[in-house]
Amino acid sequence: MFNAVLDKIQHLGAATLHSFARLGRASRFLLDVISGCASLFVRPGLLIKQLYSVGVQTLIIVVVAGLFVGMVMSLQSYYALVDFGAEDSVGVMVALSLLRELGPVVTALLFAGRAGSALTAEIGLMKATEQLSGMEMMAVNPMQRVVAPRFLAGVISMPLLATIFSAVGILGGYIVAVEMLGLDSGAYWSQAQNKVDLHMDIYNGMIKSLVFGVVATWIAVFEGYDCIPTSEGLGQATTRTVVLSSLAILFLDFVLTALMFSK
Amino acid sequence: MSDILVKIRNLHFSRGHRKIFNGLSLDIPRQGITAIMGPSGTGKTTLLKLIGGQLTPDQGTIEVDGLNVHQLSTAKLFELRQRMGMLFQSGALLTDLSVFENVAYPLREHTKLNEAMIRYLVLLKLNAVGLRGAADLAPAELSGGMARRVALARAIALDPMMIMYDEPFTGQDPISLGVIVSLISELNRALKICSVVVSHDVQETFSISNQVHLISGGKLIESGSPQSLQNSQSAWTRQFVHGDADGPVHFHYPAKPLLDDLYQRS
Repeated sequence: MFNAVLDKIQHLGAATLHSFARLGRASRFLLDVISGCASLFVRPGLLIKQLYSVGVQTLIIVVVAGLFVGMVMSLQSYYALVDFGAEDSVGVMVALSLLRELGPVVTALLFAGRAGSALTAEIGLMKATEQLSGMEMMAVNPMQRVVAPRFLAGVISMPLLATIFSAVGILGGYIVAVEMLGLDSGAYWSQAQNKVDLHMDIYNGMIKSLVFGVVATWIAVFEGYDCIPTSEGLGQATTRTVVLSSLAILFLDFVLTALMFSK
Repeated sequence: MSDILVKIRNLHFSRGHRKIFNGLSLDIPRQGITAIMGPSGTGKTTLLKLIGGQLTPDQGTIEVDGLNVHQLSTAKLFELRQRMGMLFQSGALLTDLSVFENVAYPLREHTKLNEAMIRYLVLLKLNAVGLRGAADLAPAELSGGMARRVALARAIALDPMMIMYDEPFTGQDPISLGVIVSLISELNRALKICSVVVSHDVQETFSISNQVHLISGGKLIESGSPQSLQNSQSAWTRQFVHGDADGPVHFHYPAKPLLDDLYQRS
């Protein structure tokens, strides 16, 4: 009995130490990646290629999701507001929800699922097939050539994708509110224009998406680089990327919202 | 200039609780083919990674061309690696680049040669391994043997002073095997470099090596020419060289007697 309790405590201690060691490795890794980003000024082609595969190829899922989220938001807002005769505020409700919260958060979750998992799998597979090791032996730093362009591409892409998500969502909301439910087009746009603040809403939303971009891409590239180079290890790393990124995004969203919008 | 290119002294290295090297010392000459042999899992590939500075020993030193590999700054280590080629077991070709671009990769990274000169050199290197005609193929279109030959062309792209071959003969059909064996031998003769071959394929390795180091249990068991090892008096060496199923290395993994195990007697 006593030994079983001791075993449990020992396991807990080992797991805690393991987690802290991993966090330490991830932090050092981030510093290496950031310093590796400087080399991209010499080779911008590497960054452009990754902007395409990380950013442009995520665009379609972001546009489709943004459209439907905006449409649903518009529908739900209408049903809630129409009882109070305040249905003209649907535009502002959709715009604020998207710009402040749904745009950055849902885009980041989609980004983690599509681009994040792909980054982990790609880097992990390069590790498993000794490509990273081969680069090191050719005196080429894989941090600069492989990881840094992917990281920077993710960080640049996220705010742009979130902005597109919000813009498409507001258009989706317009289609439902004005074209389907018959609200006044002028009221939809003017209310939104009147209430949305450039600093408070748009800039803060972009700051959020930038932070989510850094965290989601950091987790994705680290998990790939640190994975056990077997098919099982790669599968676990990809799953961890999606789970950890999603939890980190939701947690950070709460923290950032509390900091940005506290009165 | 010393005749010894790689000097390993009192090397200790562990993975977790498992001791891989326990005081290993050996020398690799500047010219000729040196084979490092031993049973699977004995740390041969790990030794190459230690020589290349990809792993750090717990204790002991490795000197390459008079430089202590593990005391070099990153910049100096990368300079040294430009003079070392390595052929990985899988080939380790970059899958998003063509065969031509894979061979051109180290030239583009480390030289300021113009495009015409890079093309000239790449085609010469590919010709040396017989794959000039495959220059435009993608790595996924190559067989295992061809991928290793492309990797070999890439390894010699910067005219290194040494090439390390990690299990070059494993999983090859007889024709590919013959091609790799003769390429290693001919390139070594033509380039007058140091070739380090890590393998457990006795016949092929012995046919091209000038010197063989046998390692097991983290230590050097025996060194010598292939002929001297063939005639060795050591029981372990004889078992390894002749591939006997039982000997100092037992057929059975240590276990309690069979009947005790079957009837669960302690």
